[in-house]
Amino acid sequence: MKKIFSYTEGLTRRPTHYCPGCTHGVIHRLVGEVVEELGLRGRTVGIAPVGCSVLAYEYFNCDMFEASHGRAPAVATGAKRTRPNLIVFTYQGDGDLASIGMAEIVHAANRGEKFTTIFVNNAIYGMTGGQMAPTTMPGQHSTTSPGGRNCDEAGYPIRVAELLSTLTTPAYIERVAVHTPAHTIRAKEAIRKAFELQAEGRCYTFIEVLSTCPTNWGLSPRESEKWLENVMMPYYTLGVKKRPEDFDGGIFHGKH
Amino acid sequence: MAKVLMKGNEAIGEAAIRAGCVHFFGYPITPQSEVPEYLAKRLPEVGGRFVQAESEVAASNMIYGAAGVGMRVLTTSSSPGISLMAEALSYIAACELPVVLVNIMRAGPGLGGILPSQGDYLQATKGTAHGDFDLIVLAPDSVQEAVRLVISAFELAEKYRNPVMVIGDGMIGQMMEPVEFPDEVKGPPLDPGDWALTGCAGREKRIINSLYLDPDFADRHNRKLKAKFERIREAEQRWEAYNCDGPCDLLVVSFGMMSRICKTAIEELKAEGFKIGLFRPITLKPYPYEALRKAADKAKRIISIEMNMGQMIEDVKLAALGTKPIDFFGMAGGLVPSPDDVVAALRDSLKKAGAGGKAR
Repeated sequence: MKKIFSYTEGLTRRPTHYCPGCTHGVIHRLVGEVVEELGLRGRTVGIAPVGCSVLAYEYFNCDMFEASHGRAPAVATGAKRTRPNLIVFTYQGDGDLASIGMAEIVHAANRGEKFTTIFVNNAIYGMTGGQMAPTTMPGQHSTTSPGGRNCDEAGYPIRVAELLSTLTTPAYIERVAVHTPAHTIRAKEAIRKAFELQAEGRCYTFIEVLSTCPTNWGLSPRESEKWLENVMMPYYTLGVKKRPEDFDGGIFHGKH
Repeated sequence: MAKVLMKGNEAIGEAAIRAGCVHFFGYPITPQSEVPEYLAKRLPEVGGRFVQAESEVAASNMIYGAAGVGMRVLTTSSSPGISLMAEALSYIAACELPVVLVNIMRAGPGLGGILPSQGDYLQATKGTAHGDFDLIVLAPDSVQEAVRLVISAFELAEKYRNPVMVIGDGMIGQMMEPVEFPDEVKGPPLDPGDWALTGCAGREKRIINSLYLDPDFADRHNRKLKAKFERIREAEQRWEAYNCDGPCDLLVVSFGMMSRICKTAIEELKAEGFKIGLFRPITLKPYPYEALRKAADKAKRIISIEMNMGQMIEDVKLAALGTKPIDFFGMAGGLVPSPDDVVAALRDSLKKAGAGGKAR
């Protein structure tokens, strides 16, 4: 019999703790497959965040750190700068990266640190019980925005991929989704490109992945896919936000 | 190597290089900024990495990352910056990673001032951050000793896989003194052993982590950390006992630069026939309680002299265990007591001790 699907060596065999309908598992799988297929697993170090994916260090089958809330990009900087031959990635949610860790992510990206960030945006704090995140949609109900996100008080959701793409240094920034097979295939291509660029020694690479949270959205898994498509995607548009060929910093080099 | 005249902060940077540390992550803050300035120039010359972080929060997590991949690493800061590093120190201690940090203290609380202080004694030795963990804390009294203790800090950090803090008041960082460095430059960087994240090729994956959801495991880990500190307590206490042979009228307890001013005052009063000893803890943690107790046994009275409002005096009291009366003299806010200020404080204590000195 022909084997057409199997475990990836990029992940451990440990069952994940994620809720039914959550797409963290799909995103883990894509990262694991890419690391394995590019032959990078033996020199890869991943950094898990605080939040739903805090236990990612158990699931990725490579050396792993667990960082404090929001600080994964700083930990990655220390690891990659002192051992440049490592392949380093941070895996972070939207509370971790876009709220408490905003300074660390912006400055790591701006320094052009040579690691990759997988940013999982599900528009809510999951682990702590469904509180409002910087990425929560206007009017979206959460346990700390019981009347729906009021943008007069909380501002509008932060588009991190676009925000980082205004920086000159990063090499590659793309936003993808994984709620359909077609989107999942595209997401894997983006993640692969990010790791390939890192392996070539290019500057910072960032992949934002739109993700679902049926538990805290109060929707079924199927309804969550539709909500992501109808509510999140018009605001968080998919696509490449920055390419290596967009680099416009060269003209400023050393001309003072 | 011949002696050179060097500013304390720069000597600390050079000492790290001699200790084989070629990686630095830090953030500018007065009065320690000459350390990153010096290393920004020097580290590229020795094949190292200098990164100016966006904050002390980031710098302290960068050293977590660097130590986690098995590299020797340094950060330095001053009081408000150390407060921002406290979070990462708890994680680093929990994960048993060897790092060295230097605190060149300035006066607080709050933004405080930029002048010398010893106001972070309790923060360094007792409640640095959340959870049960212990730093090793070394306090030099000169630029030369700062060099020696920075080198020693890396040895202790790696021996025990524990964060080590070298703590000096702003004077240590800012003043110039003749200093001699060891000719030997240590290397290579620390042995990655069986814990560093170097890539899992040819072995099982490793995890550096401080999430302990299982309370039994968490309890065992806390006990392991405490047992390690007990070994440190047994083996690593350091102090200087000055003028402590035989009975004395008064025992001064003081650390860092303050102790040198105390020595000047003690010498002045010696001419009047007063016998005053000085006990200077060099390891503020582990604190040399037993050695201080023995010195205190020979004194009529004790005075703790600090550049703060009375912090180390708590450890002096623990050492003396109520056997001797203890006075305090200190100044805070950046004022450095002069020898005359100290002489006046010592005279007060001597009077309370009933010491007469030479009849005049």
